[in-house]
Amino acid sequence: MYLLNRAQRHTVNSTWMIISLLLVAFLPFLLFIGLYLKSVLLLHDYSLGDLIFSKTWKPSSGKFGFYPFIVGSIWVTVVAMLITAPVCLLTAIYVTQYTKKYFLRIMHPAIDILAGIPSVVYGLWGILVIVPFISRYLGPWLGIRTMGYSILAAAFVLSIMIIPFVLNILIEIFRSIPTELKEAALSLGATQWQTIKHVLVKKALPGIIAAFGFGLARAFGETMAVLMVVGNVVRLPKSVFDPGYTLPALIANNYGEMLSIPKYDSALMFAALLLLAVSLFFNLVMHFFIVRYNKF
Amino acid sequence: MDQTTKIEIRDLNVFAGKTQILKNINIDIPKNKITVILGPSGCGKTTLLKCLNRLTDLYPELKVSGQIMIEDNNILEAREDIYKLRQQMGLLSQRPYPLPMTIYNNIAFALKLRGIRNRRETHKLVMHYLQQANLWDEIRTRLREPASRLSIGQQQRLCLARGLAVNPEIILADEPTSALDPISSQFIEETFGRLKNDYTIVLVTHILRQAKRIADNVVFMYLGEVIEQGSVEEVFGNPKMEKTKLYLGGTFN
Repeated sequence: MYLLNRAQRHTVNSTWMIISLLLVAFLPFLLFIGLYLKSVLLLHDYSLGDLIFSKTWKPSSGKFGFYPFIVGSIWVTVVAMLITAPVCLLTAIYVTQYTKKYFLRIMHPAIDILAGIPSVVYGLWGILVIVPFISRYLGPWLGIRTMGYSILAAAFVLSIMIIPFVLNILIEIFRSIPTELKEAALSLGATQWQTIKHVLVKKALPGIIAAFGFGLARAFGETMAVLMVVGNVVRLPKSVFDPGYTLPALIANNYGEMLSIPKYDSALMFAALLLLAVSLFFNLVMHFFIVRYNKF
Repeated sequence: MDQTTKIEIRDLNVFAGKTQILKNINIDIPKNKITVILGPSGCGKTTLLKCLNRLTDLYPELKVSGQIMIEDNNILEAREDIYKLRQQMGLLSQRPYPLPMTIYNNIAFALKLRGIRNRRETHKLVMHYLQQANLWDEIRTRLREPASRLSIGQQQRLCLARGLAVNPEIILADEPTSALDPISSQFIEETFGRLKNDYTIVLVTHILRQAKRIADNVVFMYLGEVIEQGSVEEVFGNPKMEKTKLYLGGTFN
């Protein structure tokens, strides 16, 4: 027997659903508002343009220039995506179009395992392998002096981290394209490569953009692995072999020791706000492209 | 018989693992006629069609043996010019699968694969094939729209036009009207009736009345075997095999 009758249970259940929905819908707003309220102290004394484009970061003398961090974050993310995007796209096409089915069955769990490794492990691996590789081999080979802790190291570790996520989505996207579409193109006398290039990739384009956008957002927000290998030097990087500093690393490194300096905590909150705003911007751009290419 | 044979299928066997999908198929498909392959679902009709344009290559689990002769050329043995071979046949599948591009480019892509790159010629031929597929008048102003915006019936005719655009000799149609409304189906059937003067048409269907309406020749298949084949008058008017009689009588499906 039930405590309530059918109609009452219906009301109770749907009420909970609405509450959950509201919670989900308003959480980002609450986050935004909270961060804004906390950083308003900083925004009161400095103009937004100053904060974003000024290059000097000296909290002890009241100078808060976020430009090096923004540039550092963008460098790391873009280089990571330049590595990730082609690797994932080619791998996804290969495993879905060229290999036998059982290969994918073996590969899927392997990718999932990679996706589940904590980021600090990737960071350690970066320190032990990537950083020495860059400082001892890659740098000297190219005739560049570098200590290894660099934008490139961070981008490399980052791309290894996000490849499993992006790859998994891309594989699903290519698998969801009906075989009949492939057959249609092949029956016209197209080669397999022509079919992939003109038909499959085109059909998958909205999904491919979404997958890359997802990877981009993850890369931009990744904290631990990046701060372990990026060098954490507040300076505008001149090449990928220079060290840099990212927004998430700034927050993670300094939160806790900022209490003695006025406005420091407000500045870190502003960094978080910037991070949120940039992620939002990425999302909007991605959405624009998805809608644009989704008409086919 | 006073008809020339276009496709000769001899001792065709197809295995998927241990199950045999097609058993000792022997069929003669006459030129410039509509040959209907009739039979209930799952009897191997579609597989037979895929053997004809070697789409079976996509499924490594399928083992195909036997001979399919198209003008003294065993297509099952062709290695090099498989793309040319597929262009000998236009395929129309159960549901329309327009390529992810504009209506115009759906046809132009097929023309490009055939080696036609000249813009003027492309233009002329796109119009020609859309007219042949009975679609031109409806969509002449919408050529730059994505093909996916057309109705299902229009999409199927677009796919037909695309299939014709590779300049085939044979049209393979796999239950081409099964997803369509009666009027669109009628459009397709009428188009086939016109096209058979220039093409050899192989149509797979499970619809008896459709077979009766448009077939010249009928091949009745059941569980991977050819039960009976002959002209439409013979098979429908005077079926020799028990199974054919039962199927035509609607007793089993």
